[in-house]
Order: sequence, then structure tokens, then C-alpha cells
Amino acid sequence: MNTLTATDTLTLEPPAPAGDDRLAAIARGGQFDAVVHPAVDREDATLEVRDFCLWYGPKKALHHIGMRIPRGKVTALIGPSGCGKSTLLRSVNRINDLLDTVRIEGDMLLNGDSIYAPGVDVIELRKRMGMVFQKPNPFPMSVYENVVYPRRIDGERSRAALAEVCERSLRRAALWDEVKDRLQESAMSLSGGQQQRLCIARAIAAEPEVLLMDEPCSALDPIATNKIENLIDELRGRYTILIVTHNMQQASRTSDYTAFMYLGHLVEYGPTADLFRKPRLRETEDYITGRFG
Amino acid sequence: MSGGRAAPRRERTALFAQGEPMIWLTGGGLALALAMIAGLLALVVVQGSVTLWPGPVTRVELNDGRAVMGEVARSESVGATGGDGPVRRRLFRTGNFELTGEHFQWVADSDIRAESRPEWALVVERTAWGRFYGAPQAFLLDGRAAASDPASAWAMYEQHRLAVQRRLRERQRLESRDIGRVNRRIESARLAVKSAELRHGMGSVPHREAVARFEAVERQGLAEHARLRGRIEALNRENARFQLALATADGWEQAIPLADIVRACAPNRLGLAAKWAVYGSRWLEFLSGAPREANSEGGVFPALFGTALMTVVMSVAVVPFGVMAALYLREYAKAGPLVSLVRIAINNLAGVPSIVFGVFGLGFFCYIVGGWLDRSFFAANLPNPTFGKGGLLWSALTLALLTLPVVIVATEESLAAVPNSMREGSYACGAGKWQTIRRIVLPRALPGILTGTILAMARGAGEVAPLMLVGAVKLAPELPVDAVAPFLHPERSFMHLGFHIFDLGFQSPNSEAARPMVFTVTLLLIALIFLLNLVAVLLRARLKKKFVTGAF
Ligand SMILES: Nc1ncnc2c1ncn2[C@@H]1O[C@H](COP(=O)(O)OP(=O)(O)OP(=O)(O)O)[C@@H](O)[C@H]1O
Ligand SMILES: [Mg+2]
Repeated sequence: MNTLTATDTLTLEPPAPAGDDRLAAIARGGQFDAVVHPAVDREDATLEVRDFCLWYGPKKALHHIGMRIPRGKVTALIGPSGCGKSTLLRSVNRINDLLDTVRIEGDMLLNGDSIYAPGVDVIELRKRMGMVFQKPNPFPMSVYENVVYPRRIDGERSRAALAEVCERSLRRAALWDEVKDRLQESAMSLSGGQQQRLCIARAIAAEPEVLLMDEPCSALDPIATNKIENLIDELRGRYTILIVTHNMQQASRTSDYTAFMYLGHLVEYGPTADLFRKPRLRETEDYITGRFG
Repeated sequence: MSGGRAAPRRERTALFAQGEPMIWLTGGGLALALAMIAGLLALVVVQGSVTLWPGPVTRVELNDGRAVMGEVARSESVGATGGDGPVRRRLFRTGNFELTGEHFQWVADSDIRAESRPEWALVVERTAWGRFYGAPQAFLLDGRAAASDPASAWAMYEQHRLAVQRRLRERQRLESRDIGRVNRRIESARLAVKSAELRHGMGSVPHREAVARFEAVERQGLAEHARLRGRIEALNRENARFQLALATADGWEQAIPLADIVRACAPNRLGLAAKWAVYGSRWLEFLSGAPREANSEGGVFPALFGTALMTVVMSVAVVPFGVMAALYLREYAKAGPLVSLVRIAINNLAGVPSIVFGVFGLGFFCYIVGGWLDRSFFAANLPNPTFGKGGLLWSALTLALLTLPVVIVATEESLAAVPNSMREGSYACGAGKWQTIRRIVLPRALPGILTGTILAMARGAGEVAPLMLVGAVKLAPELPVDAVAPFLHPERSFMHLGFHIFDLGFQSPNSEAARPMVFTVTLLLIALIFLLNLVAVLLRARLKKKFVTGAF
């Protein structure tokens, strides 16, 4: 699907009077090929999404997504609400499998190995990915137990190792100073923003290869947001990060690559600098500059 | 159009839109429900707590020359026969059954010539024949009067009372413990003969040996019996020396052996503190003693104990199964018509009349399972059933079946209340299904599971109908737990508070005396269930704080 046409191929009837009708065409259900900048394909991909479609019951939420997520880079997913960003993210670690109504087509590859092939050890797969959900979901246990949960289920028993993991993860998630005296309190007693950072600490506690973050900063104040962006900066290079955000500045500040999605379609995907400075499509520019809609 | 057009006038908001009538309606419904519950509770609490209070003893002389003495149980107004308005009549608890053939007597106010509260009117609670009302006349020592006025007779009674009670307790111990031990030894030797006969055949060597052993044990046991009976008789003879002679209101004199007296008091002489002491001692006997007089007097300890033990065994049986079933239904089973069908079946099970469970328990547990156990392990005891009859275990299992839907539904509900985002978070960390259930879902659902469990316990503790079929009895000779190995005897039948209420209320030969006891036992049962519910609420609040909000 990743046809690198210089001009966007849009096979539609009736012919579009102006360029910005591509989105209207998508809304009508037309066939559409994403515009993918050539720079993406030169990267080594940790994760490769291949012609991926997903249905919630009868409703198709993802249409033939094809993306290569570069290794060690931060890739941002942007797009209007309901366009399928979370759905795509949740498909990567197969959390959507838990819903009975979900049906998929296509495949994803992690380091060249299929994620959706029959016989894949899903639990092992998920251990290689950390995930921060759109809404904070701390577990009903202490702050400490929350952070070390991924290590506990891996069978780690050593108190020293766990305590070390706990402190390191909380420091990275910019939460340590606030909770270091209340590690044994229930995680439910933290504020919303603290809970979200706790979930971030939990996601990185097991040192995953891929970090999936669904609007990690939506509930955070500017200071904590800044710290999380610093964390992302720090993790860059070691982890492959896929982050959903509604904040254009954040996307441009933190990410190396950006993908713009609309109604379940990938619209444009390329290096963040290119996408923000000289996008190939007017629609992308409109969305980024807020003229969209 | 000019700008001065008035805004369209709106009607005043209708009464129904404001919803005032609905507030009255719903509030009224609540008030009605509360009033009914409060009324029922008040009735039970008031009636239940006055039963054991030592009321004054009244003596009335009737126009026809007779005299009646006793406690006033209740009074009522009856339509007049003479035409001058309704007449009050009172029910006197007169006791003295062996003399009058009645425990109670109605007296109309119009028949009374004089009424008094004699100082020396004694209420004597006895081990048999019910209460005795009379004035102390003399204290008899070996049949001769050692004191012959009320005050000194009473003083002598107080002086000898404790020693007599001590001898009684010793006799009781000899009878129940020592004789029981001898009997059990003989019985087990007899069983050995029987099983040797079953295994090796009549006349075989092991059989003959067992017979010889049995005869030796029996000889020895009979000698032991004779010795124990001698000691018991000596105690009886000693106790029989002390008697209290009482004069009844209508002139009879009766000597009552001290050994027959459980408690005697002269309520008209007692101050408030002394009355409270009597009240307390009656409650103590009620809670810790065994019943007397066809359950209408004495205590309910065996019933209390049986209820508690049965409830515990039931919970041990029902909770693991209920929780496992709910876990499977909610966490593992794929939603579909089959699961819906199972759910409907479970809800229907909750609606099945409890007596049906009783019938099932009798047929399945007692006759099929119990019969099989008897044939396989207790063959020597046959034709006497061991497990093949009603008993504590079968009752507990029957009620476990009865309360299973409660536990399943409550557990399922609390599992469903665990947010899916928590499960997703756990899976995203690489946890497996069971790890997620054990570490996230169960702790979070625990308060709800416990509440369901305790509600099931309360339901089980209050259930009567099925128990009448599978093991609850009017009077159990032994508790299901005692000092005889194996200490817990789940095959024994037991007493139960709910069945006790039924028995007192509807089966008692002395129904007037039993009636107030119904309230007292009901009070006890309600208190027990209230306690269980209280524990449920507190536990839930605590766990909720721990796992859902707040601090550890
Ligand atoms: N569990 C579900 N069942 C059915 N439809 C769903 C489900 N989850 C999401 N959808 C639908 O799939 C589409 C994509 O949803 P998704 O949550 O991926 O959007 P999003 O891009 O993350 O939006 P937002 O920015 O608001 O989070 C939406 O139209 C949504 O209604
Ligand atoms: Mg989303």
C-alpha cells in the first residue's frame, strides 16, 4: 500500500473540485492511498504494519493501514478524535483481542516476526511492549506494587531488585519525589495526573522494546508534561516509541516521525520536520495549523 | 415587526413536572416499609426481653372462696355477659401442675374479692413439672422440719443450695461422661464382633477372638456400671435429705426436693438490683444451658451452637464452589446463549422453594450418598444408619446448595464491577489470565464476594423448612462437637434456632409458657443475623477502603 507517488492518487468519482475534498472522499468511503514520505522507508523498522484492517462488529475502524515504525525513534500519531489512533495502538500489543467483537485483517510484524500469526505467544509478545492507556488505570494495590507489577508477574522475587526497579521507574516518570514517602499507600489515593505518571512508570518498569503511549499527557500539568517529554527524549534511541497526542506542539517537539490519520485511514506519514514545515497534502497542513474542520 | 414583542408567556410549571407528588409517593412507600420493619423489630425486642424478667407475684381471692397466686402473663377485655360494659380478665401463671393439672388460669376482675402481693410468694423453677408458686413453710432435713417459718426456711435453703447443685453437677458428669465412656467401649467391642463376622465369617478364629474380647469388655463394663450407679445413688440419697416445704395459695402443702429446684426467688421481696441479678442469671441459663420441660424452659445453647456450626460448615462448602463458578462464568466463559442459559438457571435456582431443597437433600444426601457411605464404611452398624439419616453435614450441604445462587450472583456482580481497564492494564504488562484474576480481579472484587458470602450465611442461618427433613431435631441428645474422638460428628442430628421457634410455637404441650420463649428465641436469631450483617457491612467498608479508594 505504501505507494510513494509524488502526486497523491485519489481515484474518485466525481473528480474533486479542490484538493481539500480528499477528506470528504474518505468520509464517503472512497479508495485512498496514504502519502508516505520516502525518508520513512530508509529507516530500519521495529514494527511494521501491513495492510491492517480492523472491525468493531460491523463497524470498520481501521482501513488498510500500512506503516513502518522506525527503530529507536519516536513516532507520533495525530488526527481528530475517533479516527482510530487508540485502536491502532491497542492492536500492536493485541489488547483488542480481549474484545469479542473485534475482527482483523492484515498483519503486523515485530522485528520481522508476525504478531497476528496463529500460535504467537501473546503474553510473551506483550512483555516486550509497555503501554500507557488513555485513561489512567492503576491497579487496586499499593503504589509500590503497581510499579513492580510487570516484574512480579515475571517471577522476580528479590526485594532489592524490585525496590531498585521501583525507584528508577518512578524517577523517570517524574513521580518519585511526590510518592517516595507513600509507596505503601493505595494507588487509588493518588491524583489523576499522579496516577497517569504511575502508569508510565509501570509501563517502563520491565524495560520494554516498544513503548505505546496513548495521550500520556492529557491529564498532566505543564511541569509534569515537560518531565514526560524529557523522559521520552531520554528513552529515544533505546526504545521504539509510538505516541498518540492531540497536542501539535508536543508532536513537533518530541517526535521524529508523525502520522496523520483520518476516519480510520492513514493520510500522510513522514518525518515530523517535513510534515510540519512542508506537508505534501493541504489537508495535513490544515489539520496541523488548526484550520481543519 | 416592532422590537417590543413580548416573550411568549409560559405556563407555570406543572405540579407533576416539579415532581412533588413523586417525592410524597416514594417517601411514603419508604416510610411504610420502615414502619412495618420497625414495628416487627419492636414487637420482637420488647416481647423477647421481658420474658425472663421476674415479674411480681399476685395473689387474688375469689368470690367463691378460692385463692389463686401467680404471675400475670397477659390481660384482655371480653364482652360483658351481665351487660355493664366489658370486663377485664387476666391470665395467671399459677404453675403447680401436679396439684391443679394446669399451668395457667384465667381470672376475671369481677370475680375477685381481694388482691395482694404477699411478701413470701416464691417462684420456684424446677427441673420437671414446670414452675411452683407458694410460700415457704418449712425446711425439711431428713423429713423433719429444721426451720418452720418462711425467713429461716429460706435462709436454710440459701445455705444448702450450692452444695446440692454441686452434687447435681457431679451426678450429671458421671451420667454423661463416665457411663457414656463405658457404653462406648462396649459398643466398639460389639462392632468389632460384627465386622469380624462380616469379614471372616461366623465361627472363624478372628470372630471367636472378638467374641471373647467383647465378653470380657462387657463383664468389665457391667461392673463399672454398677460402681458408677452406686456413686450416683449415694449422691441422690444425700441430695434427697434436703427439701423445701411450700404452701400454695389454696392451702395445699408440698415438699420439693432441693435437687429439683433450678432457681427460686421471691420477686415481691426483691429490689431492682436483685431482680436484675435474677434476670441476668436467667439469660445466662438461656444462652448457655440445655432446654428443659419440652424446650419451654431452660436454655437454647444446643440450638445456638447447632445453628452456628451448621452455618460455618455451610459457608465452607458453598463459598469455594460459588466463587469458582462465578469466576468461570464471568472471566472464562465466552458470552453466548449457553452462558445466558446457565445464568437463568442459577437465578431460577434462587427462586426454588426451600422445602424442595430439603426433599432433594433427604433423597440425595441422606439416602443415596449417606446410604452408600453406610454400606461402604459403617456396615457393622447396620441396620442403624450412621450417615444414612439427617445430620449436620447433610443439612449444611443442603443449605449450601440453597445459598449457592446467592454467592454466585453476588460474586459475579462484584467481578463485573471490576473495570475492564484494570484487566487491560494487567494484560498489557504481560500478565496471563490467571495472574490477572488472582492479582487484580479477585482483590478488587473481594468486598463484594465477602458481602455475598455473609448474606448467604444470614440466609442459611435463618432457613428452617429444609432442615426439618435433613437433620434438625426438637431435642438432640448430644452436641455435634464433643470430647469424644473424632470430636466433630457431622453425622449427628442437631438443634437449630429456627426449628426451635417452630417447635416452641406450634408443638409445645405448654403453649402459654412456650409463647414468650418464641419471642426470646426469635430475638436471639434476629440478633445473630443482625450481627452477621453488621460484620458484612464493616468488612466491606474496610476492604473497600483498602482496595478501591483511600489508604492501606
Ligand atoms: N470497543 C469499541 N467498540 C466499538 N467501537 C469502538 C470501540 N472502541 C472504539 N470504537 C470506535 O472506533 C473508532 C476509533 O476509536 P478510537 O478510540 O481508536 O479513536 P481515537 O482516535 O483514539 O479517538 P480519541 O482521540 O478521541 O481518543 C471510533 O469511531 C470509535 O467509536
Ligand atoms: Mg484514543
